[in-house]
Formats: sequence, structure tokens, C-alpha cells
Amino acid sequence: MFSYIIRRLYMLIPVLLGMSIVTFSIIHLIPGNPAQTILGEQASAQAIEELEERLGLNKPYIVQYGVYMKDLVQGDLGTSLRTKQEISKEMWPYLAATMELTFFAMLFAMVIGVNAGIISAWKQNSAFDYISMLIALIGVSMPIFWLALMQQWIFAQELAWLPAFGRNNPRSPIETITNFYIIDTIINGRFDQLWVAIKHLILPAIALGTIPMAIIARMTRSSMLEVLRSDYIRTVNAKGSKTVVVVYKHALKNALIPVLTVVGLQTGTLLGGAILTETIFSWPGIGRYIFEAIGNRDYPVIQSGILVVATMFVMINLFVDVMYTYIDPRIKF
Amino acid sequence: MFKKNYFLLALLLLVTIFIISACSSDDANAPVNDSNAENNGNNDVAEEPAAEPAEEQVLIFARGGDSVSLDYASVTDGESSRVTKQIYETLVEFDQDSFEYGEGLATDWSWDDDGLRFVFQLREGVEFHDGTDFNAEAVKVNFERWADAEHPFAFTDDNYVYSVYGTQFGGFKGDDSHVIDEINILGDFEIEFILNRPLGSFMQNMGMSYFAITSPAAFEEHGSKINENPVGTGPFKFVSWAKDDSIILDKNENYWQEGLPKLDRVIFQVIPDNSARLTALRSGEIDIMDGLSPDDIATVESDAAYQLFERSTNNVGYLGFHTEKEPFDNVLVRRAINHAVNKEALIGALYGGLAQSAKNAVPPGYLGYNDDIEEYEFNPEKAKELLTEAGFPDGFEFELWTMPVARPYMPNPERAAEALQADLADVGLTAKIVTMEWATYLEKTTLGEQDVFMLGWSGVNGDPDYFLANLLSADAIPGGNRTFYRNADVTRILDEAKTIVDPAIRDELYKEAQRLIHEDAPMVPLVHSVPILAGGANVKGYVAHPSTSEVLSFVELTN
Repeated sequence: MFSYIIRRLYMLIPVLLGMSIVTFSIIHLIPGNPAQTILGEQASAQAIEELEERLGLNKPYIVQYGVYMKDLVQGDLGTSLRTKQEISKEMWPYLAATMELTFFAMLFAMVIGVNAGIISAWKQNSAFDYISMLIALIGVSMPIFWLALMQQWIFAQELAWLPAFGRNNPRSPIETITNFYIIDTIINGRFDQLWVAIKHLILPAIALGTIPMAIIARMTRSSMLEVLRSDYIRTVNAKGSKTVVVVYKHALKNALIPVLTVVGLQTGTLLGGAILTETIFSWPGIGRYIFEAIGNRDYPVIQSGILVVATMFVMINLFVDVMYTYIDPRIKF
Repeated sequence: MFKKNYFLLALLLLVTIFIISACSSDDANAPVNDSNAENNGNNDVAEEPAAEPAEEQVLIFARGGDSVSLDYASVTDGESSRVTKQIYETLVEFDQDSFEYGEGLATDWSWDDDGLRFVFQLREGVEFHDGTDFNAEAVKVNFERWADAEHPFAFTDDNYVYSVYGTQFGGFKGDDSHVIDEINILGDFEIEFILNRPLGSFMQNMGMSYFAITSPAAFEEHGSKINENPVGTGPFKFVSWAKDDSIILDKNENYWQEGLPKLDRVIFQVIPDNSARLTALRSGEIDIMDGLSPDDIATVESDAAYQLFERSTNNVGYLGFHTEKEPFDNVLVRRAINHAVNKEALIGALYGGLAQSAKNAVPPGYLGYNDDIEEYEFNPEKAKELLTEAGFPDGFEFELWTMPVARPYMPNPERAAEALQADLADVGLTAKIVTMEWATYLEKTTLGEQDVFMLGWSGVNGDPDYFLANLLSADAIPGGNRTFYRNADVTRILDEAKTIVDPAIRDELYKEAQRLIHEDAPMVPLVHSVPILAGGANVKGYVAHPSTSEVLSFVELTN
């Protein structure tokens, strides 16, 4: 088991190296230069030239890549061309914001999705089954931005139940320690602010969690149906156990294995792909950070941002693989 | 079994949270847009018609993007200067709604007739936010920092570049074209600038937010981290910055202007999505929002709970020709297209009526604006005649380039391009709309890969030179001049006007330049747009400055 984890971690190295080469090539293939975007549409050609020189952008690509990799090996993610900040420092709040949002989005998706899937399978072809699968179908095909704007309009503007933007109430800013606001407010003992932070999380978490929720519900249902038809469940049924016990105690564990895979992949996707939700709800997350960096041709930020997200994606999936052995002792690595 | 219970517990907990949150809205974050809220405690006071100041003077200003840096001189984006304008001050300050300059950190100034020496008397008794004194030394340190890459506070190694300084003062120390020769301290509160040659826009430049004064002690203390630790003399001082979220500033209790600022705290909140920003305003979570889209103007206007703020126009949106490419090297073709474009329809459809039709490349109200120019009237027949005369009776095909992003002078470039395409089709011209990424667009148009393109220009210092020389002088190729218009007379006039300090003479020269440009028609000046902001009805004293950065010291909130 342990050696398996180590092996998998070693595999990370070529994967990330490949990623970085691909990313580097792509960003330099896009026309448009960072100096131009930094200085804006009213910059003189001379100013652009000077800045390019200052930033080392007129060196051959291979040299630029070499410099970047040399720093990276030393654990230095580089410096943003635009803000002049160390990326490792600058990125953390964005990453924390996205992790927090992703966590709650997945929590929502799992709790609702898994249970809806279980009940749909258990009461196959019932009204609940049809309705929840219809909702799942709508959920999978719903444009996130539309859902998010609707939520905002209904819950923030019309009902005024929940805030429309951001992670906290700017009038009473949260003192950051870890940048996970839920944790920071607890550490600070500010439970009023904890409440505010949770309220800020609700709408974006639901918007972001809707698609995974629908996918998980459908996955759980089909996998549950399969398990419920298996021999051992028939045995349990024959022993006269209550259906609830059968479903939740005996069947669920096995049914969750394929669901876990989906959860892992979806979590990874949300980490980098929450850009729409983050934009509409003004959530300062990593998706927006990278997206803006692409617009600004902030090469080091794009490279390091994608690298960090990719690393996390791989780590999450490694974690999921390790979880299998917990759920199903038959799986060995 | 045990684990399962946890699972159910978590489910229960989550459901409970949802239910509770949906039923309660009584915390500090509850929107306060109920203007009839009971005013507890003051009921025995006679009701006055005038609104009284609200108890909590905290203003949230929402905008579409975050500041890049809080070191104003090393960046060029408006979102940065919008914030630094509150923290820092300049030697002269512009009026609230124009580029007329008056006293700032300097109380008096004079210049020699030859325009080579400017002397400023500085305000006494002003302190930076860190408690150190503002004086002539501070002014000298700041200007030398921008001019001299070797200066210890230039932070060259950390990629600080002061491009606006280079643009406005002809380059940097050691360049042939650099305008400022030396800066001498004549006393604690008296400083002189010796110039290599006269610069017409020198005083206007002094009011630009890019040339504000930072505490020298702060450079010592923070070094190249000055971009996150701004220390100025302004009405508000820096508190905190959460990237892409909010910047918080608090009242400077020691501000030199008695009784100002009126707000205790200003928060610049980033809300990237236009409609989300409007939602936040309507739910009462913010007080002022920038970048109201023209489609929403009517909605906001009809509601008494809100008000609109208009900025005086300070830009031009134009349709440019690559004047060295066929057939646009033919002046008849360029004039024909000038006649073919229906600007009024464009303004009605895309600007919510909030724009002026343009006839010059410089906005009205500027020194030297030539109002005698007779605009090319919208006349498709005349356009066709001119095209026939030019040898294109059946028209021709070309690419019409448009920007991919909304700009202050063009809130919806794609739709504008379609409108222009239709106008041109009416006179037999086939325009194929091409768009590309913003950075690429700027680069390619600088290199001259376009036939016809849309772009614009925004003013920074209220000086006509910034528009005309950057857009239409041969000196600005490659650069701001993307029409590749090279008229020796125009270039000569603009160069001359640059070095004259007397406004009356400059006025004449710029008018003459515009006359020549109008004849040659290197572009179709389309509009001078009026950017619009929306705010709650309880915001008093807010005046939007044409530069897009206004100081908020007079703003207050009422009940």
C-alpha cells in the first residue's frame, strides 16, 4: 500500500513535467504579449519594448523555460509579471477560496446526489425515481451561469435571504489566518462571522454542485440497482432484514465504489473549472486567477497555476484510489 | 455502522443549515434597502427636510476588476488609480468634474516665460499616514525615483517600470528626449524643476494621479513591497487588500483639510459580472457601482431608490483606416465611409443615448477643440457618389476588425461592428467582421495588419496633446497611431504645440491640426461616450471625474 502511494507520487514527476511543457508551448503560441497587456492600449511602442526587456520576454523561449524550471525545482513558482508578487504567496488565498467552495459544493452534491440515487434505485420506477432522474437530467444540462444568475436574482435581490457576492461581508471583514473562512472564523471565535461566511457559501456551492450532484445521483442509482440485484443482497433480504438496513448497511458500500471515482474526477474538475461560478458570485478563486492571467498573458501565473491545479487533481485521484481499499478489501494494490 | 450514523448526521446538519438560513435574514449582512426603516432614538428631534448623515459612514464602491498595484506610477490601469487617488495626493489637483487644476500639495506655482523653469510652493503642516512630514525632499525623491532606473527606490530589479512618466515627460534620465533636467530643493517647502525644453502639458501632468507623492520613509521601510503598502497624504489610509475581492481604506484622522473626509471607511469591492453588480446594488449590499450597462439605465433611472452619476466625456471611439493600404490610401474612399456611418443610430442603439456624436479625435471641452469643423453628415447617397468618383462604383470587400472586450468608449464592440457593417452594406461595401483576443488585437493593429478597425482613446491629463499626438502624429508610429497617418504638416504642428506653454497659442495650433486631419479623414470619429455609474439615493456629494478616478472626500451617506 505504502509503496504504491510512493510509486504514484513518483509518477507525478513526468506527468507534471509534460504538463509544464505543454502549458509553456501553448501560452507562447497564443499571439499577444504580456508587456502590451500590462501597459494597456495607450502604451507607446518604446515603453512596451523596454518592459519586454525588463521582464526577459525577448529571450529565446527555451531560455525562458529553463529559467522557469530552474526556479521551480527550487520550489519557487515565480513572480507575477503583472502584480510583481511572488506567486506562491499570491496564489494561496485564491486556492483556499476555491478549495472551500469546492468542498461545500461536493458536500452538497454528495449528500443530495447519493441519497437521491439510493432512493431512486430502491423505489425504482416510482414517482420519486422519475422526478429525481428528471431533475438530474436538467441538472446535468443546466447552464451554470443561468442557474447562478437566477439564484442571485431570487435569493439575493428579490427575497434578500442570501448575499449576492463575495466570501464575506466587506463591512465586517474576516481576519484571515488560513484563508479558509469557515476555519478562520472559528479560530477567531467570531461565530457571527462564521454564520455570514456560511451564508456566502450557500448559493455558489449549490450552483457549482448542481452538475456533480446530477452525475452522482445517476451514477449511484445505476450502481445501486446492480448491487441490489446481486446474490448477497438476495441472501440478506431472505434473512428478513428491513429494507433500510439492506440498502444503507449492506448495499451502499459496494454501490459507492464507482461513485467515488466520479466524486474524485468531479472534485478535480471543480478546482480549476469553477470560473463561471466564481465570476458570477465574485468568488476570488483559482479559476478566476488563472483565467485573468491568461487574459493578461501573465506567463508565470498561468504556468504555475495550471501546475498547482494539476497536482491537486492527481492527488485527489490518488486519495480516491486509496479509499477503494478501505471500502472494498478485495481491491489490493 | 458507526460510520453510517455520521453520514446521516452530516446530512441532517446540512439540511438544518439550509432551513435555518432560508428563514433568517437578520444578521449584519442583511441588505438595508428599506428607506422607511424605523429611526430609533431620534424621534423627539424635529423632522428636518434635509437628509441627515447616516450613523455608519461606510461606503462600498463596486467595480468590475481589481487594482493591479497600489504603486500608482508603475501601472496604467484605471482600477489602480481609482484607489490610489484616495490615498495619495498630487502637487496640483483637478477640479471635481474637469481637468482645470488648482491647489493640491502645492499652494502656489510659477514658471519662467521660456517655460524651462517651474517653481512650486508646497503646503506646510501636511503629514504622511506614517507620521512623517511632507516636504520638498519628498517631492524630489518621488520624481527622481521615476526618472532614474539607478535610483535606490526605483526597484528596477523587481520589474518596476514607470511607463506613464516616460510617456508624459519624454523618457527617462539619460534619454535625449527626457524633459526634466534637474529638480532642486530651494527650501523645505519650495522646489524647482529645470527643464531641457518647454513642455506644454507640464502643469496638467502634475495633476495626474500617476505623479502623486509617496512617503520616502515608506520606501525605506517597505522597499519593493510599496505596491501593497501605500503611504500617502490623502484623505484615506490603507487598511487591507484581499486580492480580487476588496480593498479597505479608513479615514485619515490627521487629514490636512478640516472636516474631511466625511466617510469613515471606503471599501472597493470587486464584482466582475455586470448583472451581479446591479443585483448587489438592488439588494442594498453596495452603495455605488461602476460600469452600468446601457441596457440597464432605464431600469435604474425609473426607481427613486437609486440615482445615476454621469462622467463628463473624456474619450473618443473611432473607426480607423489603415491609410497606407489600398483602397484606404484614397482620401475619397475614407470620406465616403465617413458619410456612410450613421452615428446617431449607433448612439441610440448601443449607448442608451449616453454619448455625443464625434467629429474630432479629441473630446469637446478640451483646450483647442475645434468646434468649427463641419461634421461629415450621414448621407449614403453622397457616400456612393464619392465611391464612384474613387473608382469603386460597385464597392469592394474588406475586413472590419473589432475588439473583443467592452471599453469605456464602446460598451458593446461586436454589436457596434454589426451596425457599421449594415451602414456600409447600404453603400455597397462588404465588411467582414473579424475579432480576436484583446492583447493580440492591440499588437496586430500596432503592427498594421488591419484594413479597417475599431478602437478608442481615453484622456488622462486633460491635455489635447495626449489625444492628437498619440493618435495622429507620425511620431506615434508604431504605437498609438494605428491609422499610419503620416501628414508632415500635422506632425509638425503637434510637435510645436507640445513645447509651448501659452494656452492661447496652443489652442490655435490644435485647431489647425484638427482642420487638416478632418480634410484627410484618416478615421471616422464615432462617439464621445459618457460613462455611467449607479448608486443608492442615500449617497451625497459624489461627483464622477472624467479621468475615471475621483477623490471621495466629500461623499457621505444619509439616512
